[in-house]
Amino acid sequence: MSLLVPPLLTYTVRRMVQAIPIIILIMIGSFLLIKLAPGDTVDALVGDMGGADPAFVARLRAEYGLDQSVFVQLWRYMLKLVQLDFGWSYVYEQPVIEVLMSRLGNTLLLMVSSLVVAFTFGVALGAIAARRAYSWTDNMISTLGLVFYAMPSFFLSLLLILIFSVKLGWLPVGGIRTIGAFKTGWADVADVARHLVMPTAALSLIYLAFYMRLMRTSVLEVMDLDFVRTARAKGAGGARLMFHHVMRNALLPVVTLLGLQFSTVLGGSVVVETIFSLPGIGQLAYTSVVKRDLNTLMGIIALSSIIVVIVNVLTDLIYAWLDPRIELK
Amino acid sequence: MRGTTGRLLLLGGVLCVVAAAAQAEDVKRGGTAVIHMNAEQGVLNPALRASTGVYQISGKFMEPLIDKAYDGYVGVLATEWSSSADGKAITFKLREGVKWHDGKPFTCDDVAFTAMNLWKKLLNYSTTLQANLEAVDCPTPHTAVFKYSKPMPLELLVAAMPDLGHPVPKHLYEGTDILKNPYNQKPVGTGPFKFVEYKRGEYIIGERNKDYWRGKEYPYLDRVIWRFIPDKAAAAAALEAGEMHESGFNGISMEDMVRLSKDPRFDVGPKGFENNVAHSTVEFNLRNPILSDLRVRQAIYHALDADFALKTIMRGYGKPGRGPIPSAAGANYTDEVQTYPYNVEKAKALLDEAGYKPDAKGIRFKLKHRPAPWGEYTQLWGEYFAQAMKQVGIAVELVTNDAPGFLNGVYRDHDFDTASGWHQFRADPAVSTTVWLRSGAPVGTAWSNQFGYKSDKMDDLIDAAAVELDPAKRANLYHQVQKLEMTDLPVIFAIEHPFLGITNKKLKNHHNTPRWDSSSWYDVWLDQ
Repeated sequence: MSLLVPPLLTYTVRRMVQAIPIIILIMIGSFLLIKLAPGDTVDALVGDMGGADPAFVARLRAEYGLDQSVFVQLWRYMLKLVQLDFGWSYVYEQPVIEVLMSRLGNTLLLMVSSLVVAFTFGVALGAIAARRAYSWTDNMISTLGLVFYAMPSFFLSLLLILIFSVKLGWLPVGGIRTIGAFKTGWADVADVARHLVMPTAALSLIYLAFYMRLMRTSVLEVMDLDFVRTARAKGAGGARLMFHHVMRNALLPVVTLLGLQFSTVLGGSVVVETIFSLPGIGQLAYTSVVKRDLNTLMGIIALSSIIVVIVNVLTDLIYAWLDPRIELK
Repeated sequence: MRGTTGRLLLLGGVLCVVAAAAQAEDVKRGGTAVIHMNAEQGVLNPALRASTGVYQISGKFMEPLIDKAYDGYVGVLATEWSSSADGKAITFKLREGVKWHDGKPFTCDDVAFTAMNLWKKLLNYSTTLQANLEAVDCPTPHTAVFKYSKPMPLELLVAAMPDLGHPVPKHLYEGTDILKNPYNQKPVGTGPFKFVEYKRGEYIIGERNKDYWRGKEYPYLDRVIWRFIPDKAAAAAALEAGEMHESGFNGISMEDMVRLSKDPRFDVGPKGFENNVAHSTVEFNLRNPILSDLRVRQAIYHALDADFALKTIMRGYGKPGRGPIPSAAGANYTDEVQTYPYNVEKAKALLDEAGYKPDAKGIRFKLKHRPAPWGEYTQLWGEYFAQAMKQVGIAVELVTNDAPGFLNGVYRDHDFDTASGWHQFRADPAVSTTVWLRSGAPVGTAWSNQFGYKSDKMDDLIDAAAVELDPAKRANLYHQVQKLEMTDLPVIFAIEHPFLGITNKKLKNHHNTPRWDSSSWYDVWLDQ
């Protein structure tokens, strides 16, 4: 019977099922870890308000269920989570799922555009550098890569804002859309794209440097292999040799890194989203920690673990496609 | 009939103001003011959450009974107020012809409902203020009589009203779970702007209320937009790029504030924030035997160079404090108190006298210090404190936490020797100041007596002032509170400072009241 199901699908389903206990463990661990931090969301709220009387504080604690023991709270939370209920955010006064979904799009947009930019330019520049190894071009590219790699994203973000928004006035300082402009259709797409230029640049440059360096090494390594010599002897020259024979093989380690770094990009977006005031998951995570918004924070962790699991499976699938020698079991 | 006359007079007043404004400068109508906010607000109902962050936004949609102007208190939704001789009945005449944004009339029912269900039961600080409120009667639709079981000083209630006196529409709140009522996030008020949209993490939009009670000409602006930018450097850049018009309550860093104050496009300063002065403090844990010695606390005060801190941290915006009540408090303030001028030698002598001589390394004793994370001032003030103590041989270990960590460590666990933070003064000492010095608050209440300070004399003074009806006697009692605090020193109110704002000069009529950022902005306009 199992022969009728495509192996790709069984593989994917199995990997997904395997991920469930991992996600549950992550959730329990994170819950307890957050509880270890001193203070709760009521403290944060009272801090924001500049104080409140004891009755007010006690009433809020009871209302939020924070008067129970940690394990009772954990149990209640996990019970709800099993029913895919992420609970209520007391900071935003909205269901957590609504808070998350309204921001997920922006974060994914930022992540995907950053990774696409980083991957495309990283791979291209890396390959060029390797082709002209130890030449003037290679040195230029490598030095630039080092600068990108060493530049912290918060610094780069502020530098970009200073140059392109404050001094030149070309790009908006932050946000995802021009507020109050209410653009529609292509005008809206163009508006969002304009707002994403600097955040994408700030987030992607460091990864661009990663891919470039890896690609350069990888291409240099592959170029020395026997099959490349054979291909060259066969008469494959220039572009065909590079694209068909070398790059496809050299991409394997880069794809591994891409999959691994998807989660890092998610982390990096915290800084970039905060500075550019992009309403995304990263910025949300930051404010949720500060405000001890447990439910929202747990929701973000759950969502991120799911995204990372999916991306890992996708990476494996791309692997198999790039190198048919790899079998999915 | 009296009401009608009052309205006519008031209408006349409004017309005069309009005429005056028109003469001074030609008012331009229309435009959108864009305002910076550091933090998001989950609740936009000022009758549920008393905090400047809430007022900054909801103050444009919802109006209080009374507001504060530079020349005193002015009626907004109330037109007159008076007290019975025994202070147990306070009567507000309410403005007639005012409509909620949904068209329903504003009456005494709304005030009575809000006072009994929100101000008395749910609003922080107000629950203490209104603890003795027994009922609100409505003899006519536009007369509200507040009945108290103990005398309520009219002066205190009036001073509290601009912040703690916003009515909500009864017809939208009655019979609902007030805390979960959806109108807490999409406020319906009587103000010059109507709530349109709250896009979480991005902005809130308010639109011109065409039926505003002050007249068809108000408000001048078409729209107000609040933008949430948590990063202070990015916010400064947005102001500089002209994308925003104003940022209040120290919303950008002092470095940028000073830099942009030299830019001719901006007005920078404390004007318009007089209602919200705060003290930078050093708070003692008197449970620590070393600190329970008054001489040690006096020594610490003498070792602090308030002028230096003022110049470097607050960039000169502020003045040395003189106890729990700031000079901005008017009659309730006195500067005839004991002071502790900067004098390192005297500090050392006092510590010697108390029996804490320096050891071989020059250290007398160690303190665990928690600086509050309320932004730039408190952080730097904490660091300055550690430096200043080093000079007199006290080693300070800084324990830095975020807000929940700090509040727990200081107020619940009392796990500190000294703490530094700030304390906001809210119009009258009885609203939020005396609770800090009085004994008896449950452990863990933020901004209650975390020092372990207990003085019967202080408690008596505070209790007497709370029910004293004669303003002069009341002021005298608060002067005594201030003097006693400066002698007992459970806390050092080292520096009194206003908040600072930065405004693009295109925004006209800005900061023309002492709580401008929280006010309704009916007269604000854009010159563009």
